[in-house]
Amino acid sequence: MSDWRYRLAEQRGTLLAAAIFLVMFVIYVGNHPAGFTANVVQTAANKGVLLALLALAQTVVVLTAGIDLSLGMLFILTNCLGSYIITGSPPTAMLGVVGVLLDGLACGALNGAIVIYGRLQPIVTTIATGSIYYGLALWLRPQPGNSDGFNADIADFMTGRLPDGIPASVVALLLVVMVIWLPFRRSAIGRAVYATGSSEVAAYMSGVPIRRAKFVAYCLSGLLSAMGGLFVTFITYSGEASYANGGTYTLFSIAAVVLGGVSLFGGVGSAIGAIFGALAFRTIGDLLFVFNLDPLWQPLFQGVVLLVVVCIGAARLFRIRNRLDLFA
Amino acid sequence: MTTRFPVALRRIDPAVATAFGCIVVLLLFGSLYSREFVSPEYLLQQLKVASFLGVIATGMMVVILLGQIDLSVPWVVSTGGMMACAATAHGEFGLILAIPFGVVCGIGLGFINGVGVAYLRIPSMIITLAVNAVAQGLMVAYTGGFSPQDSASAAMRFIATGKVVFGIPNALIVWALIGAGAVFLFTRTIFGRAIYAIGNRERAAFLSGVDTQRVVMIAFAISGGLSAFGGVLLAGYASKAAQAMGDAYLLPSIAAVVLGGTSILGGRGSYLGTVAGVILITLLQSILSVMQMPEAGRQVIYGAVIIGMLLLYGRERLQH
Repeated sequence: MSDWRYRLAEQRGTLLAAAIFLVMFVIYVGNHPAGFTANVVQTAANKGVLLALLALAQTVVVLTAGIDLSLGMLFILTNCLGSYIITGSPPTAMLGVVGVLLDGLACGALNGAIVIYGRLQPIVTTIATGSIYYGLALWLRPQPGNSDGFNADIADFMTGRLPDGIPASVVALLLVVMVIWLPFRRSAIGRAVYATGSSEVAAYMSGVPIRRAKFVAYCLSGLLSAMGGLFVTFITYSGEASYANGGTYTLFSIAAVVLGGVSLFGGVGSAIGAIFGALAFRTIGDLLFVFNLDPLWQPLFQGVVLLVVVCIGAARLFRIRNRLDLFA
Repeated sequence: MTTRFPVALRRIDPAVATAFGCIVVLLLFGSLYSREFVSPEYLLQQLKVASFLGVIATGMMVVILLGQIDLSVPWVVSTGGMMACAATAHGEFGLILAIPFGVVCGIGLGFINGVGVAYLRIPSMIITLAVNAVAQGLMVAYTGGFSPQDSASAAMRFIATGKVVFGIPNALIVWALIGAGAVFLFTRTIFGRAIYAIGNRERAAFLSGVDTQRVVMIAFAISGGLSAFGGVLLAGYASKAAQAMGDAYLLPSIAAVVLGGTSILGGRGSYLGTVAGVILITLLQSILSVMQMPEAGRQVIYGAVIIGMLLLYGRERLQH
């Protein structure tokens, strides 16, 4: 095992994110008035998994050196759609869940098609499609609420605990990682996504299907955002077309991805890191709560921590030997 | 090269021409619905509303020309408005200093962005996001989460809503002055040239002897100052500042700059295009609301029109 050094370097971002999360979570649980109980973990898990799904969605696009600013709005749209069609008996409700996921897939595909075949920049494209998704969400749910016959059993199951006391949401997240992320990462198309993000020209010259890679990445991002939308529907039992929430979750997903060591320049990072980034970011937000400080200071605290964390990334400047490397 | 266009025609950027073409089409379309859309009063009113977006988009353009982006606009706008209003509560002295104080707060926040991007080499998308969060935190802590009680000073109201010359709104004159300043900056100064150079390739600009880091830092400070000034104008327009008053300006300001033909990758674009983009977006929003389109439909059409127009002229060249 003489290559451990390289393997470690590749996973450094992920490990750092995991470490930050562990420290934060220990502080959080250690100071929580109720301590390390199943309830505390379940609540924390539900909120964390929600953001983790969105961070995953952002990661796959960021890996191609793109960005998805419509993610929060798609999340809102699928939330509103979910509050409509997850109704009735378990089979029809499951059909509704599938419908929500398909909707996310379709919206992701639309983003991908415009970016790849329309040759527009991802930033601008997703700003505009985000506006479309928000409009649709508002059309579905002018007022927050849910439909008659909303199937709360599925919702309770997904946000509850398994008999062993393990939060179901964490199991769901693990399933997503095992069924979607790991196969994707190991597949040829997953490698193509990394290659495209590292250097599109080099990837093209090597015969990598860059268009297909990007398209799959955007579709997957839509699908994962829809899972986030489903999850918030399960937590709140209702759909709400809130512009502020959409914007906030888009920003949170980017912050989580960055905390998780995924490079916004593409090609570097892993979804595992992004998940830890999301969990860490969530815990930071909740830290003030356990320290019993005025909630008014929470946004400032969260902002300052975010600022400090992103400045840690500047430490690489100390390793630069040539000033020209600054502009690489 | 058999046909040669006259120089003046050849110099017109097709993107800017298309954007102005779209404005005309939009007005024609609107006039089919109601003749009001081509009356001078309506147009002047729209230009007045556009000037708030215009001031903010000017700052955004400076940053986009560098190939960066400023996502801290929402709360820098709010900070500008709130701090200017807050200053008015401090007597005579505060009344006089209200506008400069609001702008200086914005410059300060922009300065942090600039240091982060230029010297710490943090991607602009992240650091501006973080600064936005900090600005929001500061404002929430300061106001207690409510709209601040202090109202705008008379001077703020005057520059945002007053009319001095020939019934032209003062806000429009303010935008024109800032626009003239921006055109001068972009076309006649070394600093402006450096911005375009950095947007094309920072490394090359550095090797040509430009202090690129200083230019980037100042550019972000300018963007912050203009965002805050936009907030001051908005506070003057509504005679008070409000929470989240800047949220509605982030995406339109980026869209306006890009619709005006400025490349989001930096290094290419003209201020005339941004003017066209700002007017286009304001008109689009206004026409949709006058037609009593519900908010949901407005958002969908707004997004679809931006995509449609960019597909017309904003596509990148096919590589490979």
